[in-house]
Amino acid sequence: MPKPILTIKKLTKKYGNNVIFHDIDLVVNEGDTIVVIGPSGTGKSTLLRCVNLLTKPDGGEIWLDDLEITAKGADEDRVRQHIGMVFQNFLLFNHLTALENVKLGLTKVKHLPEAAAHEKALAELTRVGLADRADHYPGQLSGGQQQRVGIARALAMDPRVMLFDEPTSALDPELIGEVLEVMRNLSLEGMTMIVVTHEMGFAREVADRIVFMEKGSIVEEGTPDDLFYRPKYERTREFLWKITELYGKKEAKE
Amino acid sequence: MNFSSFIQYIASGTAYTLGVTLVALPSGLVLGVLFALLYVYGGRVVSRLMSLYSTVMRGIPPIVLLFILYFVMSGSVNLSPFWAGSISLGIISSAYQMEIVRGAILAVSGEQMLAARAIGMSTLEAIRYVILPQTLRLAIPPWSNEAAIVIKDSSLVYALGVPEILRRAQLISASTQQPFLAYISAAVIYFALVFIANRLLARLERRLTIPSNP
Repeated sequence: MPKPILTIKKLTKKYGNNVIFHDIDLVVNEGDTIVVIGPSGTGKSTLLRCVNLLTKPDGGEIWLDDLEITAKGADEDRVRQHIGMVFQNFLLFNHLTALENVKLGLTKVKHLPEAAAHEKALAELTRVGLADRADHYPGQLSGGQQQRVGIARALAMDPRVMLFDEPTSALDPELIGEVLEVMRNLSLEGMTMIVVTHEMGFAREVADRIVFMEKGSIVEEGTPDDLFYRPKYERTREFLWKITELYGKKEAKE
Repeated sequence: MNFSSFIQYIASGTAYTLGVTLVALPSGLVLGVLFALLYVYGGRVVSRLMSLYSTVMRGIPPIVLLFILYFVMSGSVNLSPFWAGSISLGIISSAYQMEIVRGAILAVSGEQMLAARAIGMSTLEAIRYVILPQTLRLAIPPWSNEAAIVIKDSSLVYALGVPEILRRAQLISASTQQPFLAYISAAVIYFALVFIANRLLARLERRLTIPSNP
């Protein structure tokens, strides 16, 4: 039996009367790569932000291992250390070098000694192929490099789960590949990941399960083969092939 | 008497001018940063209070606050003209500096805060390690404006008889009957002080610039 790391039960988020998503149930097992797809405005990004409590859900529960992180009095800062987040716009700390970006959480949050933090940060940069850019500032890096630093920054905290919020949507087409490559390797190494993306090639190749969300709820969930070739709903097929056509061409060129 | 002896006589008041400035500017900075943080992160009530403070203090002419502090408060606290002047300028400047810093925080905050919280930092840690280092860099150019204003406004303490640059210019003008030379000398000295301050801040700004490709 695979062990669930993250269990989402009946999760609901609304802003006023505007329901972003409702009654979302999702179980993420150790080592799973879950790809979440769906039209924009469906609540995928908000769902990710709820999972690491950057946004407060209005109902339902989230469990990380055996701990309910949505419970009253849960230590949010501590929870976030265990859930890595990669943003669409990278959101690197602009006043710090690549190495310092990765190191900051290690020294200030985990309180590692300077030398150990330095070594760990450099190792994470090496993992994303950017050891030679350690002393560069975000403004001196390409978008793809910035996003890889963003991934290294999250990895440095040794998270249980990594969340990716459209990590390649803000990138020029020729820079998408290097980021997907890093994510592919992470998935192969057994990292547990939830990825919101439109990159269907990545989803097909790497995802253990694809979750199709629309209008605030999960329409269908299954293996890539299930969703691409044997979808239960016509709407799923329609969306998948439309997206593949839109984004697939870009990938073929690489 | 020639121009250089005018300058010499008046420049001996520079110590007071610098003294007032060096009390008012830094204290205004400390309060300004603190109040700006409270304004942005303090919640609704605190934020309202800060907004009120800013509106009131920016609405009062410095010389009026100075008179209030010196003549009205002197019943309860014994303030020398120098301290009454420095403190009132510091209070008024804190309101302007608060707005400068607040603007810079708003430019940085939001997403940078989000990123800092996402690696497990508390709000305070995020402010200290992520928000403030970027905010203060952004604030230097508008802050050098405020520094120039405080240096020049320090001349207001002459109204209480503190023998700073303007006061001494007034004295020598009266005794020599040469107002032109007296006040031109004062202008030259003020200009030099502001010029040097702005140059130093511009250098600081360059040194702290975060490298990036064009």
